[in-house]
Amino acid sequence: MYSEKVMEHFNNPHNVGVIEDADGVGEVGNPVCGDVMKITIKVDDDRLTDIKFQTLGCGAAIATSSIITEMARGKTLEDAARITKQEVADELGGLPPAKMHCSVLATDGLKVAIDDYLTQHGREPLGEPLISSDPNFDPHAETHDDACDL
Amino acid sequence: MMHRMDRSVYMDYAATTPVDPRVTDAMLPYLTEHFGNPNSLYTLGRDAYRALESARESIAAGVGAQPQELVFTGCGTESDNSALIGISQMAAERKSRRHIVVSAFEHHAVLHPAEWLAKNGFDLTIVSPRADGVVHPGDLRAALRDDTALVSVMAANNEIGTIQPLAELAEAAHERGALFHTDAVQALGKIPFDVSEVGVDAASFSAHKIYGPKGAGVLYLKKGTPFRPLLMGGGQEFKKRSGTQNVAGAVAFAKALELMLAEQADEAERLSALRDRVVGGVLDGIANTRLNGTGPKLPGYANLIMLGCEGESMLLQLDSKGIAVSTGSACSSGSLEPSHVLLAIGCPAEEAHGSLRVTLGRFTTDEDVDRFLEVLPPIVERLRSMNPLYERMYGA
Ligand SMILES: Cc1ncc(COP(=O)(O)O)c(C=O)c1O
Repeated sequence: MYSEKVMEHFNNPHNVGVIEDADGVGEVGNPVCGDVMKITIKVDDDRLTDIKFQTLGCGAAIATSSIITEMARGKTLEDAARITKQEVADELGGLPPAKMHCSVLATDGLKVAIDDYLTQHGREPLGEPLISSDPNFDPHAETHDDACDL
Repeated sequence: MMHRMDRSVYMDYAATTPVDPRVTDAMLPYLTEHFGNPNSLYTLGRDAYRALESARESIAAGVGAQPQELVFTGCGTESDNSALIGISQMAAERKSRRHIVVSAFEHHAVLHPAEWLAKNGFDLTIVSPRADGVVHPGDLRAALRDDTALVSVMAANNEIGTIQPLAELAEAAHERGALFHTDAVQALGKIPFDVSEVGVDAASFSAHKIYGPKGAGVLYLKKGTPFRPLLMGGGQEFKKRSGTQNVAGAVAFAKALELMLAEQADEAERLSALRDRVVGGVLDGIANTRLNGTGPKLPGYANLIMLGCEGESMLLQLDSKGIAVSTGSACSSGSLEPSHVLLAIGCPAEEAHGSLRVTLGRFTTDEDVDRFLEVLPPIVERLRSMNPLYERMYGA
């Protein structure tokens, strides 16, 4: 079951949308798996001044997208890229084990957007490892639950 | 009739149903004053025994069986497990048949014991339903072998509601000397179903899908069907299912079925009309939507796809407006896979994630449908506006 904070962010997600003149864009996920996230960022003096997201996905996917925009805003690029899936989950008061992969989507989306900004400006990407692009990443690994058909 | 919260709308009757007050009235005395063990010899026990046996007779008459052919079980899942394992193992022992066939969109209560058998000495063939949501007899024939012990195909599917051509499927199995089981948990009471007319050897039923309590099942085993019990002990239920019988549950089951059958024709008409309003309202009122399964369906069942929306999100948003439905999407229930039923009928995974199962029942009203059709479109619109791919994938 979802925590109250997850439901809060799911029902009233913060920073939904697209920044039209974004400095960096990150898009991760796959509709076949049921979740896709797009993050657009504004950067000033190596700090994130604005972030917006669009997400197709379950309640946890939307809530983790929403909370990471709040967590990252105002942070330096380096600090923002180091936000972990566990920190995202903790900030939401925890996620069910089967939903932990949703926070990976949020942290990866942000890293891709930051590296997009850096490479556009001829700088070295931070190259923080993307969990979801690892061929061995198995979003199913953390759950052994079966579909509970009724 | 049912106690309902303000503006709460229940549209998940395929998942479970509220116990009808007429059923509660019938069962309550067997929890209180007539609490006896039906296997005891004194009066209290004999009263319970008579109630149990008259429930058995009544259910048997309702499904076209002999009373001795019905075994009370703990739930639909137990009936399915017992049929698959109990029949296959005995048939293997007696006739050295070691092959079983099930359809790809069975409930997991059938699929998992079939997979267990496949790991324990049996060959398993899985037959796919076609895109219409129906298992075609020709496809089953192609899967049968001379050593097929048991075929199991459900009477109607729990997610898309499609009704299966049971008589033809059972005949195909019998032609090759195989036995035929059907999971009739969803079909029971909603459409005419008679075990001798369709010619099945075994069938599973569950009370909580027909306005009876949870935890009461029945297994029909045609006389002479090879069977090894799963539960061993005191030898109750003709030695086929040990354990003191749930007398109140059996009485409730009988009452629930009696009501279903008495109201079947009228309810079928009423629920089909309500379902048509739901389907028409969604397909006409919301772009990029479609209906799953074109075959004949149980009255009141609709499985709809809203392209570009994720099922769990829709479910949670509908819930926040007091509407309960279910979804075949990945993220719905602790599982990350889209529904095996939708995949089996050829629905692409990215579309299956956008499925909503709406199932109507005895207490559904026109106002409930109005409310659903009023609340759903803005939810779909909002989720689509948050989907970064919606315009690209489905835009005009
Ligand atoms: C088709 C089908 N078979 C079996 C079951 C399991 O029945 P029960 O919940 O009584 O174990 C269900 C419902 O959950 C079902 O829909």
